[in-house]
Amino acid sequence: MSLTLPAQTLACHECDLLQTEPALAPGQTARCVRCGALLARNPPDSLDRTLALTLTAAILYVIANAWPLVGLDMQGRRVEVTLIGAVQALWSEGMTPVAALVFGTALLFPLLELAMILVVLIPLRLGRVSPRMAPFFRLVRSVQPWGMVEVFLLGMLVSLVKLSHMATVLLGPAFWAMAALILTVTLAGRAFDSRLLWQAPPAGAGA
Amino acid sequence: MSGVMPAGGRLTAREAGLASCHVCGQLARHVAHRALRCPRCRAPLHLRKPASVSTTWALIVASAILFVPANLLPMMTTSSLLGTQRDTIMSGVVFLWRSGSWPLAAVVFFASIVVPLLKILALAWLTASVQRRSRRRLMQRTRLYRLVEFVGRWSMLDIYVITLLVALVNFRGIATIEAGPAAIAFGAVVVLTMFAAMTFDPRLIWDPLAGPDDLARHD
Repeated sequence: MSLTLPAQTLACHECDLLQTEPALAPGQTARCVRCGALLARNPPDSLDRTLALTLTAAILYVIANAWPLVGLDMQGRRVEVTLIGAVQALWSEGMTPVAALVFGTALLFPLLELAMILVVLIPLRLGRVSPRMAPFFRLVRSVQPWGMVEVFLLGMLVSLVKLSHMATVLLGPAFWAMAALILTVTLAGRAFDSRLLWQAPPAGAGA
Repeated sequence: MSGVMPAGGRLTAREAGLASCHVCGQLARHVAHRALRCPRCRAPLHLRKPASVSTTWALIVASAILFVPANLLPMMTTSSLLGTQRDTIMSGVVFLWRSGSWPLAAVVFFASIVVPLLKILALAWLTASVQRRSRRRLMQRTRLYRLVEFVGRWSMLDIYVITLLVALVNFRGIATIEAGPAAIAFGAVVVLTMFAAMTFDPRLIWDPLAGPDDLARHD
């Protein structure tokens, strides 16, 4: 069923034009000649950098969820919330669809994304490529648009400004972990070259 | 940045009878009326996203309808010693503006009102122009689609704000905040418009250049 094609022929995913992908030097990107869509990138040292950044992100994710994000101090009465605590507050109020939406976009999907990337990349780094990892990568791709930690961080800032006139605002350790998490996930995304997954790795990959 | 050479003139994958995998980019020979899978990653293969135009229209109409209660119903109810106050999205923006944090008022106004509205209008225009097989402003429409896809997620802002306000302002007897019905409608608008952007196939914008095609009917 599959057709023999020159290895570097590809179709633009935004306008469908067939074109040849040039050999890319590290750091170079290829764009569609017709619509300018990003077709391929060649980030240097992709596998090791992506893996290191994703492992860092996983640790930051744990901190961001285990400690309180923000708190309020109102004449000695103190309230601190964790991410899951905020979801529970909405849930117990009967706002279950909204609570589920926040749980998915701020907690579950970012976790799935990190876990799936590690499930795919760790065997690759160890030189084991298995066709079974393809479904995991498909899951990463479908989950990615729904992880919105950076929007959540901005939402925290807006709500704190709204409350700053009535109480003292406290930033918890998880707040800073979440800010660092957004940074590392962004850098990991930039370091990642998805072609790694589909090309047979050279002998002693990553060495 | 390095240029890419066109292979064999200006031929699209569909004109060549090829489908490109939406997950891994692998090209494979397309056979009409057959459920195909990518030979490399096993993802389902289609020439174009299946039923892209009708699905996108359905999602646009649903989000346009829900946009009304999202803006008219209260987003949150604040109960304090001073009484009870109901806020819609717009009155929340006005509150931020009056309390002097006008940059944040602008951010919330943009994320909660301008972005969802423009997204619905932009997707409606894109889908209608694809249906008419318009050959005009191809590049501008492609850029508009990229913009819609990129900014859509930021509409979730108000949902997160309300979540944190409910969790933080929980001083029994002094002040409590509860989420209102607009939160559900607004959350649905954000999710539906994101799905609409995902079901729209930007390659349809460029398809009229390839001339009349029978293949398009059998995606």
